[in-house]
Amino acid sequence: MIASQFEYLKQYLKSQSGLVLSNEKQYLVESRLLPVARRHGLAGLSELVQAMQRPGAMQIASDVVEAMTTNESFFFRDTTPFKHFRETMLPAMLKARADRRTIRIWCAAASTGQEPYSLAICLKEEAQKVGGFRVEILGTDLSGEVLDKARNGIYSQFEVQRGLPIQMLLKYFTQKGDLWQINPDIRAMVQWRKLNLLESFSTLGTFDILFCRNVLIYFDQPTKVDVLQRMAKQMPSDGYLVLGAAETVVGLTDAFRPVPDHRGLYQTATAGQGAIGQSPFRARIAG
Amino acid sequence: MKHCLVVDDSSVIRKVARRILEDLEFSISEAEDGLKALEACRQQMPDAILLDWNMPEMDGLEFLLSLRREEGGDQPIVVFCTTENDVAHITRAMRAGANEYIMKPFDKDIVEAKFQEAGLI
Repeated sequence: MIASQFEYLKQYLKSQSGLVLSNEKQYLVESRLLPVARRHGLAGLSELVQAMQRPGAMQIASDVVEAMTTNESFFFRDTTPFKHFRETMLPAMLKARADRRTIRIWCAAASTGQEPYSLAICLKEEAQKVGGFRVEILGTDLSGEVLDKARNGIYSQFEVQRGLPIQMLLKYFTQKGDLWQINPDIRAMVQWRKLNLLESFSTLGTFDILFCRNVLIYFDQPTKVDVLQRMAKQMPSDGYLVLGAAETVVGLTDAFRPVPDHRGLYQTATAGQGAIGQSPFRARIAG
Repeated sequence: MKHCLVVDDSSVIRKVARRILEDLEFSISEAEDGLKALEACRQQMPDAILLDWNMPEMDGLEFLLSLRREEGGDQPIVVFCTTENDVAHITRAMRAGANEYIMKPFDKDIVEAKFQEAGLI
């Protein structure tokens, strides 16, 4: 692939998905896009980039964006965020939403579904405490293909062995040949929607808890700021934001502040000392 | 440094498992069937046991049932590691006192994740 083609690819990915491709990432382009080229019967990356630029090449272009932005995911990835969910966020929200009895959760880079399903499993495990509450989980991703997989909830033997304790596999999955499908009651707890984080969130409603892990790292500074600010607008004054281990809001926005001693966990900056006990109605107005 | 006994009749699997577990800072000993593993445990109880199912002499399940009846045999954390990948086998293993279960083939990520689940790392 010649330099001008790499440049075109960079610009295209940035405009379509926000993904910032540095020049060192050329290896990633090859490993991810050669299979796309092959699938479309093209000889290599040069031919692929040429094909993308022809009129009516929507399918190829969208396959390229999907291939470059799809990230591997596994159940209970990094453990800590799920501990924070069960021990900090959920108890706080059960208290703060005691009147309305509804909690809304958004997984903004849901990928193949492991993160939203891990949260759904946490809720099942906490069923006694959550009883009587309506908890909505929305999983969004840029890629329709990964969301189809998420919706089906079918995972390979490799995928169910990374992060998922065997007892949970037995409890929440059904074996289908060499594959494992997450049970219908867990699947029913999550809704899926294709969404580009560069586009408006205003139709999504508001969220008490927002998981947005390992996606901001692909964006440049102004895009990170924009996405975080717009996310804050969808959240009440006591909402929680969870970022990936290598990510932070510090230096990007004042809309969120770190929760002390909880790495990767942030709270809407308007949340005061009394925010936990604040009525949901006031919280909504403030948000 | 924690000690892990690797029990498998395949020397290739034992070698692969040894390499992965040494990277995770375990000291390793090996046994090629359940009977030899039981002897090793009677000498010195390991912290962890990575256990195959199908082996000559004594299979993994028999070994586990025997181990749990030994003095101090409730101590080691036992992680099955086998090609048996159906719910019936997994359930039997867990009822017999296994702590975690790996379905072969495995790689370093899976071993690491499962040892974390089992509280070994």
